[in-house]
Parts: sequence; structure tokens; C-alpha cells
Amino acid sequence: MTQPVLSVRNLRVEFPTRRARLVAIDDVSFDILPGEVLGMVGESGAGKSVTGTAIVGLIEPPGRIAGGEIFLSGVRIDNLDPPAMRRIRGKRIGMVFQDPLTSLDPLYRIGEQLTETIATHSDLRGAALRERAIALLSEVGIPAPAHRFDNYPHQFSGGMRQRVVLALALAADPELVIADEPTTALDVSVQAQIIELMKRLARRHRAAILLITHDMGVIAEAADRVAVMYAGRIVEIGPVRDVVSAPLHPYTRGLMGSIPKLDGGLDRLVQIPGSMPRLTAIPPGCPFHPRCPRVFAPCPMHRPELRPHAKAQVACWLYHPAPSAQSEKPATLAGPP
Amino acid sequence: MTVAPAAPLVRAENLGRIFDVSSPWLTRVLEGLPRQVVVAVADMSFEIARKETLALVGESGSGKSTVAKMVVGLVPPTTGEVFIDAMPMHGRRRGAERRRLRRRIQMVFQDPYASLNPRWRALDIVAEPIRAFQLAASRPETAARVGELLRLVGLDPADGGKYPHQFSGGQRQRIAIARALASEPAFVVCDEPTSALDVSVQAQILNLMRDLQDRFGLTYLFISHNLAVVRHMAHRIGVMYLGRLVEIAAADALFRAPRHPYTRMLLDAVPDLEMSGRQRKPVEGEVPDPVDPPKGCSFHPRCPFADDRCKTERPALVAWNAAGPVACHAVEEGRI
Ligand SMILES: Nc1ncnc2c1ncn2[C@@H]1O[C@H](COP(=O)(O)OP(=O)(O)OP(=O)(O)O)[C@@H](O)[C@H]1O
Ligand SMILES: Nc1ncnc2c1ncn2[C@@H]1O[C@H](COP(=O)(O)OP(=O)(O)OP(=O)(O)O)[C@@H](O)[C@H]1O
Ligand code: SF4
Ligand SMILES: [Mg+2]
Ligand SMILES: [Mg+2]
Repeated sequence: MTQPVLSVRNLRVEFPTRRARLVAIDDVSFDILPGEVLGMVGESGAGKSVTGTAIVGLIEPPGRIAGGEIFLSGVRIDNLDPPAMRRIRGKRIGMVFQDPLTSLDPLYRIGEQLTETIATHSDLRGAALRERAIALLSEVGIPAPAHRFDNYPHQFSGGMRQRVVLALALAADPELVIADEPTTALDVSVQAQIIELMKRLARRHRAAILLITHDMGVIAEAADRVAVMYAGRIVEIGPVRDVVSAPLHPYTRGLMGSIPKLDGGLDRLVQIPGSMPRLTAIPPGCPFHPRCPRVFAPCPMHRPELRPHAKAQVACWLYHPAPSAQSEKPATLAGPP
Repeated sequence: MTVAPAAPLVRAENLGRIFDVSSPWLTRVLEGLPRQVVVAVADMSFEIARKETLALVGESGSGKSTVAKMVVGLVPPTTGEVFIDAMPMHGRRRGAERRRLRRRIQMVFQDPYASLNPRWRALDIVAEPIRAFQLAASRPETAARVGELLRLVGLDPADGGKYPHQFSGGQRQRIAIARALASEPAFVVCDEPTSALDVSVQAQILNLMRDLQDRFGLTYLFISHNLAVVRHMAHRIGVMYLGRLVEIAAADALFRAPRHPYTRMLLDAVPDLEMSGRQRKPVEGEVPDPVDPPKGCSFHPRCPFADDRCKTERPALVAWNAAGPVACHAVEEGRI
């Protein structure tokens, strides 16, 4: 069996707040193989970005990894000291943060920031360094990069900044790329270009990619597998085709139903009723049960684990024998919820 | 009272904006580089009626955010003027008028994190416009209003004491939206308001924006790269390419029968969720350099219908028929 590039085991992340302990990530496990793109979707605030930040060891204190293990190509990295982790970040793991502006220094020119990053992780210097930086900018679709090399971040449009951040993350040919919403501010054509770039990176360099995005279209096109998060847990994970065309978890089904359609017109969008629970007070049992249209006896009482069903894994009592309420389990699900 | 034809709430007249992006003086001298300017926006004229949503779509870097910032008065135009209720936005005017105008216009920025003060708690951020414009009589009334606004955008008022960095990206965007709504504006400019949100929260926010429009008669300038979102929100759509409007049409007409070749390409490039049937066609060709834009029609290097006229003469934005204005020689000549 091939060794996964990234292996996350029973990860738990907590943020102590004055009144309570906020559990942002609860018992999350997944692998990403070489050359694989794992998409990650889920409710806003579900813990997608925190998962990414935990992997690169940048959880902001007093927040902390309260349990679990993270392996990079078989070597445990969640317990490394800060200098060792710094060496891995940027070199072996490239990260695109959700807020592109925060990863760019407003006082330095785009070209300076890029050449500095490349110089830290390679032997390139002088003209070759500049050339490599310009090549990277053009790879992420910045038009006429040589012209814009000496611009400051504020002179770039939102989407252009986002692409610069991506160029920074790819600068060192990392083996793992964590891309948090890398295409949100991009129009469809640049988006296609970025997706192509990431797929190429995965294929050619056998890099593993964790692609966090709200855009199901992007997931459908770029990802091999997709993980769906809700209230700090993975509620469904499986091959992209299966999850998109036949979602199992009622939350995933709701999510698919709220996607605006091109032929939709000016009608109201379908929304999942209610909102995600506060992470300081996650309901017992299945965290989705207060909003779930299919809730039944075991849901408020027992927490469903992520278990295989068909080609995917799902954490929902509809698909697994429930502890004491097996009789109420319907055999199959028909139609959308 | 006679019923006059409703005057538009927003009118942009020949808006243009140029940015200097030259390299530093020394580099320029040493490497013999010329001064460089980006024509971010050129010659944009449009109107937005009361209670209407006008959407702007177009490639990254085509000038959408710059238009938005000129419309709300954050970036001065190089040419042209924006009128809100016939009042010039950038011309000289007295403090009181400017204040009144400012309260009625709000903007939700593309980058929610950069637009929220990191040292303020969420509830202070949302309360700021209420205090600044004295919209509540007392502290408890302000607090109640803030709570109501947070709930409106799907946040728990109990989280109001947290700072921006303690929220997720989508939660921050909702704080920005709550703040924009706090001053009870008449006109809201939304620059990618939901691109940081998951689809179910996005649906909530978009439905909310529509409800507010119905209830309070809000007018929106709505910028998004997501055409499906635009489809759900906009009455009319303006398509921008390299700083210029190339087509403007009623939303259903634009989706049913896009006319400008760029609009057609844009619609063809939408990712297909079903991953079946329709093949996603990427928009072809290189994105042009805004510092050195192509002559004639700026779209001609990528356009399948371009001929010699397109390479030399810039097409004007003209309504060739009832469907609305298009800037394209091929459309004018009836070739497409
Ligand atoms: N520094 C922090 N202190 C306290 N709570 C935090 C902190 N960072 C994140 N959180 C909380 O952790 C939860 C998960 O946040 P995260 O940013 O991972 O969400 P997300 O899934 O990326 O959402 P989005 O789609 O909106 O970006 C949120 O509820 C957020 O409020
Ligand atoms: N302050 C500035 N100084 C110099 N150039 C600028 C400035 N602001 C914008 N530009 C340039 O103007 C052009 C248009 O930028 P704008 O931000 O309006 O694009 P946009 O359509 O909003 O793009 P996106 O979809 O990526 O947000 C870009 O080429 C950008 O680099
Ligand atoms: S004017 Fe010519 S080049 Fe421009 S879009 Fe029309 S056909 Fe294409
Ligand atoms: Mg996030
Ligand atoms: Mg923009």
C-alpha cells in the first residue's frame, strides 16, 4: 500500500474561551495519498480552516491541539518544536490561507516577497531567481507578470492577490499543499486555470493537495475525494462522484440542495433550516440532529461514528445499525430530503 | 401628484480611473523602463433604479472593485462622476450633505478580514454605524439593535464579544454584512459578498438580502464572479472586460441569449456540477496586459469573430436593438 503524504488521526483542536471550552475539531481522521486532491467542504465555521492551520502547526494560542496525531509521509509532525515546524512550512508544506491579504506584506513589492520565499528554499539567485518568480506568476495567470513585478499588493485586484499567495505556496515545490479557498475571488476562467495548475501539481509532482472550498463546481472538477465537515467533525467522506451525485448524509444533501443553479432565475434559494450549533455547546448525539429532516430515535442520544457505506464513509444512523433503535432504521433513502 | 418617471438612484457618467503602477524611479532609470499606467476603468456609464439590483461580472482584474469604490466615494475617479439621488459623489459638497449621503450608502468589501478592525469586538464593529449616525436613543437600544442584526445574518449574539480573528472566514463576512445593514442604508454595494460563505449560509444571506430589498426598497450594486449567484440576485447585469462595459442587459435575457462574444465565453466556462453532458469550455487565449491593452476592441485577440475592423476600431457601447447595449462590431454588423 502506498504511504499517504498526509495522515491525520483523531485530531482534536480546542479553543478555551472565558466561559467554556470551544471544540473546533473533534476526532477528525483522514489520509491524502501522493497525487491525490482531497476536497473539503462544509458549513461556515465547521472547522475547515482550523484543520488546515493545525496541520501546519499554526493554531493560535490559547488554542491547541488537544488530541490526535498528524503524519507527513509517515513522520509525526504535530509534536515538532517551532523551529523544526518552520522548516517544514513553506518547504514541504505550502499553505494558501483564506485571507489572501493577510499573507502578503503590504509594505513589500510582490516581486520581493516572491523572490525572498524562493531564495529561502532554493539556491537560485540573481537573474535566475527573478526569472523563476516571474514564471510562477505567469503560471498562476497574472497577465504580463514582468510589468507588475514591482507592484505593491494594494495595486493588485483581489483575485490577483489571491493568485500571488498561491504562487508563494507553490514556490518550493512542496509535497503537500493546503489551499484554503484558493479560487473564491476568481472568475471562472482564472478558476479553471488554477484548478488545472493544482491537478498538474498533483499528477506531475505526486503532491498531495487539501483543497478547502465552498464551490462544489470546483470540488467536482478538481478533487478525487471529498470530505464534508459539520460542527468540527467529518460527517461524510468519499469519492467525489458519489458524494456529489448521491450524497448520503442529510447535511450533505441539504448542502447540495442550496447550490444556486444557472437556470434558477430570481426565485428563493433552498436553505437548510436553523444554523450550526455553537461549538461550545454541541448537542449530544448527532450534532446535526436539531436541523435534520430525517431525525429519529437514536440521533439525539448516540453519536454516530464515521463508518463505511457503499463507496463512501458516513456518520449517520440512517446507514448504520443504531444502538437501541434498530427497528426504526429505514432500509434506503428515496429522493432528496 | 403627478407620477414622474422614477429617477435612477445611482447614475455613473463616463467613469474612468487610471492607476500609476510604474516601477520605482531608480529601477526605471537603470533598466530604461517607461512610466506605466493601468486603465482600471474607462468610460463607464450606467444607472441603477431604486429597488433594483445591478450586477457587475467580468474577469479578475477587469475593474469591478474599482467601480464599486468609486461609486461609494472611496476612490476618486480620474474622469466622470457618480450621482446618488442626483447629488454628485465626488464634487465638492458640504459636510452635512456628505454625512447624509454616507449613511445611505454602505459597502461590503471583497476582503472581509482586511475591512474589519482587528482590535474591535464584533458587537462594537456592528454598533459603530449606529453610534456614529445616532440611530439608537440609548445604550440598551443599541445593544438590542446589534443583537438583532447579528441574528439577522445568522450569528449568535452571544458571540458578539469575540474579535474578528476568532471567527471563521464566513462568519467574518457576516459581521461585515451586519455592519453594512446597521445604518439602514438605501443603497448597498456588495463586492463578492458571499464568496467566503458555504452554500447553505450563502443561501441564507442571499435570501436575506432579497427580503431586505422587498421590505425596505434597497438598491444593490452586486459584484460576483459566481454567475449562478448573480442569476439569483440581479435584475440587470453589466459585463466588464478590461475596464469597460461590453454588454448590459436584463438578467434573464443575458443568460438566455448572451450577445457579446466575451459574455458567451463566460457562460460557457461555468463549471458543471453534474460533471456530465456539457463540456466546460475554458475562456480561450491570454488575459491581456492592462498596462498595454490591445488596440481596437480589447477582446479581439481572444475573439473567434474578430476581423480587421475589430483590430483597429474600438466598438462603442450602443443599443443596436431592444435587448440593450453591446460593444461589438460583429453584433452591430449582424455577423453574430
Ligand atoms: N483563534 C480562535 N479563537 C477562538 N475560536 C476560533 C479561533 N479560530 C477559529 N475559531 C472558531 O473555530 C470554528 C472553526 O473555524 P474555521 O475557521 O475552521 O471554520 P471554517 O470551516 O474554515 O469556516 P469558513 O467556511 O467560514 O471559513 C469557528 O466556529 C470559529 O469561531
Ligand atoms: N490602488 C491601485 N493601484 C494600482 N493599480 C490598481 C489599484 N487598484 C486596482 N488596480 C489595478 O486595476 C485593475 C482593476 O482592479 P480591480 O480591483 O478593480 O479588479 P476586479 O475586477 O475587482 O478584480 P477581482 O475580480 O480580481 O477582484 C487591476 O489591474 C489592478 O491591478
Ligand atoms: S468587436 Fe470584434 S473582437 Fe470585439 S468582441 Fe466583437 S467580434 Fe469580437
Ligand atoms: Mg475557513
Ligand atoms: Mg475585486
